[in-house]
Amino acid sequence: MKKSVILGAATIAGLAAGAAAAGTVDDVKARGKLNCGVTTGLVGFAAPDANGEWQGFDVAVCRAVAAAVLGDANAVEFVPTTGKTRFTALASGEVDMLARNTTWTFSRDVDLKFEFTGVNYYDGQGFMVPKSLGVSSAKELDGATVCIQTGTTTELNLADFFRSNNISYEPVPIETNAEAQQQYLAGACDVYTTDASGLAATRATFENPGDHVLLPEIISKEPLGPLVRHGDHEWGDVVRWTLNALVSAEELGITSANIDEMAAGTDNPEVNRLLGSEGTLGEMLGLDAEWAKRAVKAGGNYGEVFAKNIGEETPIGLARGLNAQWTEGGLLYSPPFR
Amino acid sequence: MTTLTDPPKEQFRLSMLLYDTRYRSATIQVIALIGFMLLAAWIVSNTINNLAALGKPVEFGFFGEPASYDINQRLLEYSSRDTHLRAAFVGLLNTLVVAVLGCITATILGVVIGVLRLSHNWIIARLMTVYVEMFRNVPVLLWIVFIMAVLIESLPAPRAFRGENPEASMMLADSVAVTNRGVYVPEVLFSNSLGDIHLFGASSLRFDVSLDLVAFLIVLGGAIWTSRWIKRRADGIQEQTGDRPVTWWQRLAVFVVPIGLLMYALGFHLGYPELKGFNFKGGTHMRNSLIALWLALSLYTAAFIAEIVRAGIMAISKGQSEAAAALGLRQNKIMNLVILPQALRVIIPPLISNYLNLTKNSSLAIAVGYMDITGTLGGITMNQTGRELECVLLLMLVYLSISLTISAVMNWYNESVKLKER
Repeated sequence: MKKSVILGAATIAGLAAGAAAAGTVDDVKARGKLNCGVTTGLVGFAAPDANGEWQGFDVAVCRAVAAAVLGDANAVEFVPTTGKTRFTALASGEVDMLARNTTWTFSRDVDLKFEFTGVNYYDGQGFMVPKSLGVSSAKELDGATVCIQTGTTTELNLADFFRSNNISYEPVPIETNAEAQQQYLAGACDVYTTDASGLAATRATFENPGDHVLLPEIISKEPLGPLVRHGDHEWGDVVRWTLNALVSAEELGITSANIDEMAAGTDNPEVNRLLGSEGTLGEMLGLDAEWAKRAVKAGGNYGEVFAKNIGEETPIGLARGLNAQWTEGGLLYSPPFR
Repeated sequence: MTTLTDPPKEQFRLSMLLYDTRYRSATIQVIALIGFMLLAAWIVSNTINNLAALGKPVEFGFFGEPASYDINQRLLEYSSRDTHLRAAFVGLLNTLVVAVLGCITATILGVVIGVLRLSHNWIIARLMTVYVEMFRNVPVLLWIVFIMAVLIESLPAPRAFRGENPEASMMLADSVAVTNRGVYVPEVLFSNSLGDIHLFGASSLRFDVSLDLVAFLIVLGGAIWTSRWIKRRADGIQEQTGDRPVTWWQRLAVFVVPIGLLMYALGFHLGYPELKGFNFKGGTHMRNSLIALWLALSLYTAAFIAEIVRAGIMAISKGQSEAAAALGLRQNKIMNLVILPQALRVIIPPLISNYLNLTKNSSLAIAVGYMDITGTLGGITMNQTGRELECVLLLMLVYLSISLTISAVMNWYNESVKLKER
């Protein structure tokens, strides 16, 4: 109650302030720091490492935007948010953008007044169970106790899935991934359900990851992407095209290793336009010419970010799958830089 | 000879509002009130305008939409296709359940501990001091989370009950299962049930009243009335003859016989929990979130109530108990007949505020995933619909109504026990 009231009041205050405030791009530049909303901790996507530095796939998006706008990939203030508090934090102006495994849905885009700036991970909701349960399909979960993060789309998908399959379950609502992990490992719930990528990331942190399996069913489409407040289109463009720059960089073969060389000028005009040696794309965006170069340099192109944080070489071990470039049978498809 | 003349009639002039001390304070208050109301109006209109500018006008139509989420503990029939309003209603009942259970337990514990803290036994008195200080000085949220963690980590999972040589087994002749998902106890079932009355048709506020329960309450009420009548009659006989007839068996019988007959007629039996599939099925499931919240709120509030009870007892002068002892009353009679009735006058008013605190603290339920009204209306509904202002306002209204109701009831009780001045 207390928290909700404060958040509610903060929203109202933030809305009042937001109406009068200038564009977010100018705010971020004036502040010299990007406030980026992330999860409270999901290894691989956003979690502090041993040195207290935030690392992960979503964190890389924040850093790329900070590098593009401010020229410093470390000029980011990470604000941990739960599934419940994230939208209020964004709407109230506490954060400039959310990069937090947030599913792009109609009502969030239209009714909640947010602007999704693209998809950085094509995901779907899955189930994780202990191997010892001997369950091989989600349809065998009749009567199971399911841990679920409250305030997420997964909560709604779960209700629909069990309802349409005419089986029952007992939901155990929890607030953060860490709590879910504790309850799941203690056997207080049989099943943990969230986005399949989140399950893989969570399982990777278990003592014996091999004792747990992900069930084959993926029961929903979960396009995860960064989002900003509706109405501030300049800022929305910056975040959208920073993400597109990372995707395009991979497609065009620009990596953090060869970027300096390619920025000097190449035969490919699109590379030149992207990296600022030709045209005025940066200026149109309200930034300088080298914005995309800095964004890619911050953590590498999309493929490098993926491989470093959640790819097959990491303990999380996610395959590219849907998240491969369109040229390789995936869904990643950046509009052209022209 | 003197002539009496009326004093000149003073005309009211506008300047007197400021210079006449009779009116000045009222003037200032009225101006302050107008200023305050203008400020409030400005805040409200500003909020409404800004929300409208964002394209989120204040409206409550979303309450009729399907909630689309499930609630684990529901006292009413509810599915994910029901409306947000019904989800809020289910949450409200969950809040009331934990508040009522908490208030009762906290009162019992608090009175016992408060009395024991005044005990002449050094160890007991010190132990109670430790209890009070320990619970009073740690935030209740930590107690809730701590008790939940203990329940989850220390109790066996349902799968530990399975197999030839299970690690865990059920208690009390296989009727109670204590697991880390909650406690399963036998449920009361009737084979010749009288059925339910359905109230409010198919609306979101519909609920069923069990006729079995109504019949039970009627019989119980009748038994209480008869028992009182027997007591009054015995009192009358004692007044007249000096001898008190032995009535305890009559008073016991008017409870046991009719209730027993009713139970027999309804076909009373118990439904035992059984391990089926992933979980225990059957029986009444008290989820560990309810237990953790209930225990933590009760233990925490009991510490405050204990102090109030102790203060109330110490407010009664020592002469009272000495006089009662001189009349030959025993210790427990002194406490029950002399001290506590007088102490209640001191105890009740601060007790009210502790009941209110407990009810409001129950909104911390989400910390352990208990779906109270803050978890449903102020949590998932707010999150899925994005109507922060509407949900929070409504939530405030709900808590205000609950608190005012508790206050009203307790004030009425206070009227009945307070010192009668004639």
